[in-house]
Amino acid sequence: MSIDMSQFHQVFFEECFEGLEAMESGLLTLDMGAIDSEIINTIFRGAHSIKGGSGTFGFTVVADYTHIMETLLDEMRDGRRQVTQPAVDVLLGSVDCLREMLTAIQNEQLVNDVSVAKHKTALEIVLNGGSIAEEPASPVERESANVAAVVNIAPDIIEEKSVELAGQGWKIAFCPYLDLLKTGNDPVRLFRELNELGELTTLANIQDVPGFYELDPEECNISWDLNVAGDISEDDIREIFNWVEGDCEIEIQPFAKAVKPLLPVVKKADPEPAPVIISNNPDPKPVEVKPKGVEETKKSDTQDTDNEAAKTTVKASSIRVDTDKIDTLINMVGEVVITQSMLGLVGENFTMDKVGQLKRGLAQLERHTRDLQQSVMNIRMLPISFVFSRFPRLVHDISGKLDKKIALKLVGENTEVDKAVVELINDPLVHLIRNSLDHGIEMPADRVAAGKPETGTIELKAYHRGGHIVIEIIDDGRGLDKDKLLAKAIEKGLIEESNLLTEKQIFELIFMPGFSTAEQLTDISGRGVGMDVVRRNIQSLGGNIEIISELGKGTTIAIHLPLTLAILDGQSVAVGDETYIVPLVSIIESINITEKMLNKVAGKGETFRLRNEYLPVIRMRGIFNVHSGNLTKSKEGVLVVVEGQGELCCLLVDELLGQQQVVIKSLEANYRRVEGVSGATILGDGSVALILDVPGLVRFSIR
Amino acid sequence: MASILAVDDSASMRKMVSFTLRAAGYDVEEAVDGVDALEKAQARRFDCVVTDVNMPNKDGITLIRDLRALPDYKFIPMLMLTTESGIEKKQEGKAAGATGWMVKPFNPDQLLKTLLKVLG
Repeated sequence: MSIDMSQFHQVFFEECFEGLEAMESGLLTLDMGAIDSEIINTIFRGAHSIKGGSGTFGFTVVADYTHIMETLLDEMRDGRRQVTQPAVDVLLGSVDCLREMLTAIQNEQLVNDVSVAKHKTALEIVLNGGSIAEEPASPVERESANVAAVVNIAPDIIEEKSVELAGQGWKIAFCPYLDLLKTGNDPVRLFRELNELGELTTLANIQDVPGFYELDPEECNISWDLNVAGDISEDDIREIFNWVEGDCEIEIQPFAKAVKPLLPVVKKADPEPAPVIISNNPDPKPVEVKPKGVEETKKSDTQDTDNEAAKTTVKASSIRVDTDKIDTLINMVGEVVITQSMLGLVGENFTMDKVGQLKRGLAQLERHTRDLQQSVMNIRMLPISFVFSRFPRLVHDISGKLDKKIALKLVGENTEVDKAVVELINDPLVHLIRNSLDHGIEMPADRVAAGKPETGTIELKAYHRGGHIVIEIIDDGRGLDKDKLLAKAIEKGLIEESNLLTEKQIFELIFMPGFSTAEQLTDISGRGVGMDVVRRNIQSLGGNIEIISELGKGTTIAIHLPLTLAILDGQSVAVGDETYIVPLVSIIESINITEKMLNKVAGKGETFRLRNEYLPVIRMRGIFNVHSGNLTKSKEGVLVVVEGQGELCCLLVDELLGQQQVVIKSLEANYRRVEGVSGATILGDGSVALILDVPGLVRFSIR
Repeated sequence: MASILAVDDSASMRKMVSFTLRAAGYDVEEAVDGVDALEKAQARRFDCVVTDVNMPNKDGITLIRDLRALPDYKFIPMLMLTTESGIEKKQEGKAAGATGWMVKPFNPDQLLKTLLKVLG
């Protein structure tokens, strides 16, 4: 029977990556002082499962590699080996290496042999370098020494057995111990198998069977003399008895020739060596034979899968969904179907008196559609821990490199956010955390001198606020030095000396292209290309980033992101005959105004005075070149006060329409990037409305 | 057809084992670890148990020992799937009452052949 093993590959890979994550977090929580055996066990199990699976599914490179890790971890688990920081680091490196290998295999790319070999060597050095390195080797040596001894006792007989006499058949004396049946083994099964090898004749010795009243039916009181005829190797016979070794006494002799001289030799060699022969002979066998099988399966497998899997399994990105979410979804769909059939009924023989019914139906449909949409969006929601879980490792590695002591605290890991956001937020976060590690947290000595605890803390926090997720990176490091930032910006010519900047504006200088505060660039962060890219990435996700910092106390960087990138709550506004969508989250307020309420300020364009603050005004008609519609209307209009990146500005539109959720369609994918516009959507009447890019417009207004 | 309880904490191995056995017509139930398996084995009587050794909560060897103590499972064949080809683990398994073992990696054919051995 042939089974297509490739169908299990996807599950296997997912499981491996999960296992690797568990191993990694286990390794990171290992405290050198007090080793928790449960953690070691978990790590061991991870390596063990990957080894077992990869062997079975034919990924021999992975299996070979994990075998070394497993050996090392096994020694740690049994307490034969000390858990040391260098060993843990090498194991962490191995986790990375495995991840790379598995990713490569999953994507059907070549495994990077050089890097694998490097990690493998590092592992082997740890494995062999320990003081107890001989331990695992010695039993093997002892066993082979025994084999040698046995061979020495009767070398000619063993040779004879396998070479000359194999053709004739075997005589087996099989005497099970009383408890044989209690292991689930059944002599009949053994006989059946022997019979498959060659013609079997059995002779049962029942002289040991007690009388009926003493008989314990659970015991095996019978012994057998068995003769198997045919061209059978001794190994084949040994293998059949493999499982019952230790539960029986067994003698296997070739039956045609030299029965007499053989017996005394075997009997003389006291009972001990005999089991050794048994245990050693069958043992190498599976080791020798099975890899062959594996290679075969591997070959046929890869051939089978190469064509199909390349298209399907490998590229498929999957997402794990809580069954509760799916149940809710199915309920919702049920509701929609019911509403639909109700509306269908109304429509069948429609008369005007059914208008009320129709309206009710439509209202219901709207409600259900909204719920359905929410449930569907929910499926895409993943806990932010998908991103956060990688950071303990990052912090561990980098703080080691920098010789700093840093503890990472994760808060709100279960906060859910859209899958797309999860995927895109990783890089910016890595950058920000690296920055905090490198520039934020001081060296232990400096911290002590400043009266702070030696160990710095970085807190990574996620929570929901409104329709947003907020991610904060809080460190208790040295904080941003305003004077230094200003001096630097002036030196770099990014601002004029005469500019008066608020604290917030000064902090935001670090987001300017070409700005880097570290006196010395390190390989951890600070190549001067960082923060501006980070901010741009976050903005392209429709979010914003802000900095709060106090010199000497620490820095908090807060990132606000929309929960989803697919749908947004929008305010439709009319400009001439056009409709635009302003994201609701960026609207502060809307004011009805007349033309004369606007002030023209030299060099600054138009402004509007809102509670003692002058805000720049953007005429939507002007910026988007709209000439249609009733021009006189612009004498009066509506000012929409919006916020982007902490700055306020006013958009002058003709009128406010309704609020609605809109599905975002990418303008870049369908047309090209347009400044001031973040995307488009399709309205109820089928027309296209552009969605305004508020931060972009605010930037424009400041320029 | 014989009923088999397949125990493995690794989903891919479990799926592979159960898929193979189901395809061969066996009635298969899956369990994710020793604790789960013991519960399921008490709920109904299986004709055979195939278990991984290294598992969280309750490992395969303890599971076999616990099962053997149940009257229903005194003589039921129990196979362990092990990556450890070392004699030690096998002895330990045997002492706990395992019928036999299969050394990973194995392929579906080997699995079926081995089961055929114990189930006939």
